[in-house]
Order: sequence, then structure tokens, then C-alpha cells
Amino acid sequence: MKPFTKIISIITPFDKANVDTDQIIPKQFLKLITKSGFGKFLFYDWRFNHNGQEKSDFILNDSIYKDSKILVTNENFGCGSSREHAVWALKDFGFNVIISPSFADIFYSNCFKNGVLPIILDIEKIKKLLQFKDKIELDLDSQKITFGGESINFEIDSHRKIRLLEGLDDIDLTLKEDKKIEYFEKNSSRVSIFE
Amino acid sequence: MTETLFEKIWNSHVVVERENEPSLIYIDRHLIHEVTSPQAFDGLRVNHRTVRRRDLTVATIDHNVPTTDRSLPMIDETSSTQIKTLEKNCKDFGIKLFGINDPNQGIVHVIGPQLGITLPGSTIVCGDSHTSTQGAFGAFAFGIGTSEVEHTLATQTLWLEKPKTFEILATGKRKNPFAVTSKDIILSIIKQIGTDGGTGHVLEYRGDAINDLSMEQRMTICNMSIEAGSRAGLIAPDEKTFDYLNNRQYTPKNYNELVNNWKNNLMSDANSKFDKSFTIDVNKIEPQVSWGTNPAMVSDVTGKIPTPEEFGQNNEIQIESAKKALLYMDLKPDTAIVEIPIDRVFIGSCTNARLEDLKDAAEIVKGKTISSDVSAMVVPGSQMVKLEAEKLGLDKIFKDANFEWRESGCSMCLGMNPDILKPGERCASTSNRNFEGRQGSGGRTHLVSPVMAAASAIAGHFVDVREFC
Repeated sequence: MKPFTKIISIITPFDKANVDTDQIIPKQFLKLITKSGFGKFLFYDWRFNHNGQEKSDFILNDSIYKDSKILVTNENFGCGSSREHAVWALKDFGFNVIISPSFADIFYSNCFKNGVLPIILDIEKIKKLLQFKDKIELDLDSQKITFGGESINFEIDSHRKIRLLEGLDDIDLTLKEDKKIEYFEKNSSRVSIFE
Repeated sequence: MTETLFEKIWNSHVVVERENEPSLIYIDRHLIHEVTSPQAFDGLRVNHRTVRRRDLTVATIDHNVPTTDRSLPMIDETSSTQIKTLEKNCKDFGIKLFGINDPNQGIVHVIGPQLGITLPGSTIVCGDSHTSTQGAFGAFAFGIGTSEVEHTLATQTLWLEKPKTFEILATGKRKNPFAVTSKDIILSIIKQIGTDGGTGHVLEYRGDAINDLSMEQRMTICNMSIEAGSRAGLIAPDEKTFDYLNNRQYTPKNYNELVNNWKNNLMSDANSKFDKSFTIDVNKIEPQVSWGTNPAMVSDVTGKIPTPEEFGQNNEIQIESAKKALLYMDLKPDTAIVEIPIDRVFIGSCTNARLEDLKDAAEIVKGKTISSDVSAMVVPGSQMVKLEAEKLGLDKIFKDANFEWRESGCSMCLGMNPDILKPGERCASTSNRNFEGRQGSGGRTHLVSPVMAAASAIAGHFVDVREFC
């Protein structure tokens, strides 16, 4: 995974609550067996009408936002299905950061595995951000968002932060604990499915 | 110090624990299906890694499979590729697969318990959010993403932050236990605690009203824990649990010994503390019907569609969501639920496609015919459920009433196979999600119990199933 670096970008204001992963990437696109190429299907049913043409009133179709790396949205983002395809689609589309008052648990965890940073901010700060039209600067290392003359700090688990900043592979890290896993297996035998 | 059931399971699975860090948790059962696994196996290949515990891993094919005649070739090439990919991955990595023509094939959360693979006190994962179903057996069972599937394959562990605990206490007795089902209990709970009420928590369902339920009814409740945003839901095992798992195909040989151990340990201690608590009196619950586009937008069958303001109660975001939902669902406030006509009926899914669900629905359907305006289908949760139902003649009851009787799979719960709604079609569905387009782009889903779905199929609109029994 690539290390997570400082981001300077305008935000895409996406003021919706309870956005479920079925909307982020509808099921007909879950049949690919790769991790790439999902961006073109992001929010498919909201972005395109029935004959496959872009809907002009859907915000992601507005060319102003085409280079935006930051999605700012409302509560309970990513609820529903565990499909990691939702994060793959957001990332492939260009989003590296998603800011929301709250996230669904599985989606939140899936973000970190793919180098996407989910940031939880309270609703008042979100409202401010949603109004801001110019580029903002987001620095994970100092946990700071700077826009206009203002700056906002955000919280993040320190281990998740290090893993993102260094682009570490979770499995490599876990395999360093191999002796402990072996010890656990020896001392509390697991019930095999196939005896 | 007292511990809740969840904390006991957690503590007995900690491999690595350091202050202020996520813990490394051992995984006892890893279930795999075709949709969320191909990229995980690719990751193993690229990094030259193997599957650490093939004996704790099992796979089936459920999301994509056609529910029509399986001797015919599959029409959808991408589905076919995904299925063949799982077959190859299982072969290459030495994983047991219940494939498309295996008598044990079925929805992953249905076959786990049915085969005795699900065990009390264990940790169970699958790349599917409805893994929580298996919490009904007193397991910590939860859905994971594909990266975590890969991590579990390689290490048999996962890094997890310890979730908080949430007690759901269900008291009282249902007034009509045939018509008011466990689906109505869980929909009522979600209606009250909201779709994010359980975020970051593991729910423990307890109380007399839970003890009263059969194992299959308990699975329906735990299944929808994720619809309240929770990491998992579980129920302490009891004699019903131990009886259910006895003598299944993969029940462990030392089962009696295991049961004795579970009996003394797998329960929350008296006076144990939960981070949150919610009480519901099931005596007050009526059959439920969802009217919106998330599983908290639910009404009593005797009720009406609320106005967005009634639903949102001063919460702007909720009011806005309800407005959008009514627009999508093409419904108007103050419409009586029983006046809503339906086009389709789907009895199936990991929520409600086990034998008891089909038996109860058949009880309503017996000797009747569905409305000529409705097309209806029954998709058993597994091939074994299908076979058992056929032994009881349920297939004949459904077919005589003009239901289609299909092969097992996830089917129209999420419409990854050809079973989908057409734009604008309205469906009474026993599944778990009424999200926009979930059952087909433009389709409108109303969540109900199997008996409510059966009664509505006959009436051609929603109807209070209590009038049928």
C-alpha cells in the first residue's frame, strides 16, 4: 500500500445521511474478480439514468468536483453490506478521504485497509466544511484540516494512523506475531470442522 | 469481576493484547462465498502465502447462483466466472467447498448452523454482514471486508478494537405467536433504536421473550443486528441450542463434553454491566411492514404511513430521509398500510428461508391461490431446507397456490442473480434490506415476515395476517 501523504483538494459536498453500500456500488458490479475498475460504477443508480446517461443534477457529475479527493457527507455513511467494493469504488473514483459525523463499523475498517482515511467530525464542523468552496489542506501526520484562515483537528487511532502513513501491510505485521498465534493454538486446541 | 457473554468469548480468543491498541483475536470458523473472496485469494497468491487453517475454513456458492434448473448452463458470464474462480481457489488452496450441485449448498448463514459448523462460544467470520445470524448460537459472529478475509485466510486472526456491549431485553409474551414473529420483534427493535443505534456495539438479546423462541426464530433476530448498525448480535445458548446442533453432519465428536463446558460458562454473569440497554415488551408488538428505504422505516400493519415530520420528530436529517424515501417508494403519508397493493412476493434469504419459515408460510397458503395481480416465489435457504420441505409436501402447497418453487440461494434478497424486480415493482419481501434498488434498480421493497408475505400474496395487498389465523 502506498504511504498516505498530505492532501490539498477541494471537497465534494455530499450532504446525505445513511448512505448504504448498496448505493455506493450496486450489486450488479460486484461480480468483478479484481480490485480495480470500480470507480466508473460508483453511485451508479444515482449518477446515471436508465439509458446510462449521466444525470446532470447529481453532484459527482459536476465537472467542478472532478479532481476532488475529499468527500464530505452525513451520518452513518457506508451502512449495510460489508462489500469492500464500496471503498474500492470510492478510491478508484479519486477519493482518498471521507469526512462524516459517523460511519458504519465494517465500512470504517475497510477504508483503512485500502489507504482511504475516514475522518469523524462533529456536525457543526461538517456544516462549515460543506460551505467551503476553495481548496483545503489535510495533514494526517498533524491530524489537522486547514481551510481559509481556520484549522480543525481530528482524532484518529494512533496505530491506524501509523499504518496509513507508512503504508504498512497488515498481514506482514501480524505474521510477526506468529509465535504467539502458534502458542495460542497449542494451548487452547481449536475444534476442527473436519475430524 | 462480572463479565457479559460477549466479553467471555472475546477474552477467550485474545492472542495479543497491548494497552490502547487493537487486540489480535483468534478466529474459529471462517466461511467463504464467491463474491467477497476472489481478491483475497489473489492477495495470497501475489504474496506467496497459504491458508493457515484449512480445517477451520469452509466455502459455498450462494450470492450469484441461479435458482432455476441447475442442469442448464448459466446465462450470466460474469457470475459464471466468479463461481468458477471460487471453485479454482478452493481447489488450489485446499478448502472444502459445498459447490453448486452439492446437497449441502445453500446460503452461507443457513448452512453453517444446519451442518453443525457453527458452535457456541466460538468466533465466526465471513465476508458478509449477515454473519451475525450465527450469533443465535452464543457465538461472536460478524461480517468482514475482503481485506480481512485475506487476513483471516493467512493468519486465522484479526486485529479488532473491542466493541462495547448493548443489552436488548425482550420481556412479555407475544399475543399471537404464530402471526407476530421474531421478524416483527427485530423490526420493532430497529424502528426504535435506529439504523445506527448499535454502531460499535455487540447486542445481546435476552429475556423471557427471547428464551421462548426456537433456534430458527432466534437466527432471524440475530441476522438483522447489522441493520441496527451493530457489529454482531448474540443470544446465550440453552438446551434448545444444544439440541439443535446435536447429531448434525459436522457436529464435533466430543460434543457432549463441549456442551457440559458451555453450560457452565456461556452466559452473562448475574449483574454484569452493559454499556447500553434497551427494553422492549413483545406483548405490544403487531405484525410489521416497512414503508421506506431503510429498516427503521417500519409501521404496524394496522397503522398508516407517517408524515416525514411524524417519523423524523424534529430531526432534520431524518425528516429529509423520510421525504426522499416516500418519493422513491411512491407512497403518500396517511395511507393505510393495508391499502398498499403489491406486484411481487419473495419468501427467501438468510433472514427467513429456513424450514420453520416455509412451514408457517405454507400454513397460510394451504388451499388458497395467490392474487392474479401478484407473482410470487419461494427460495429455500439451502438445498437441505428444500429437500426437507419437499418431504413435508410444502412445495406442492406453494405450487398449487401459484408460487414458484426454486433452488436455494440469496436470490432476490440482493438480486445478483436473474431474480430481480423491474423498475417500479413493489415487493413484499422476507429479506433484510429495503434500500433503494436493493432487489433491482427502481424496485420497491417492503420487509415483512414469511406469514405476512404469504397472506399478502393471497390478498394482492398488505393484509393483517391475524385475519388468516
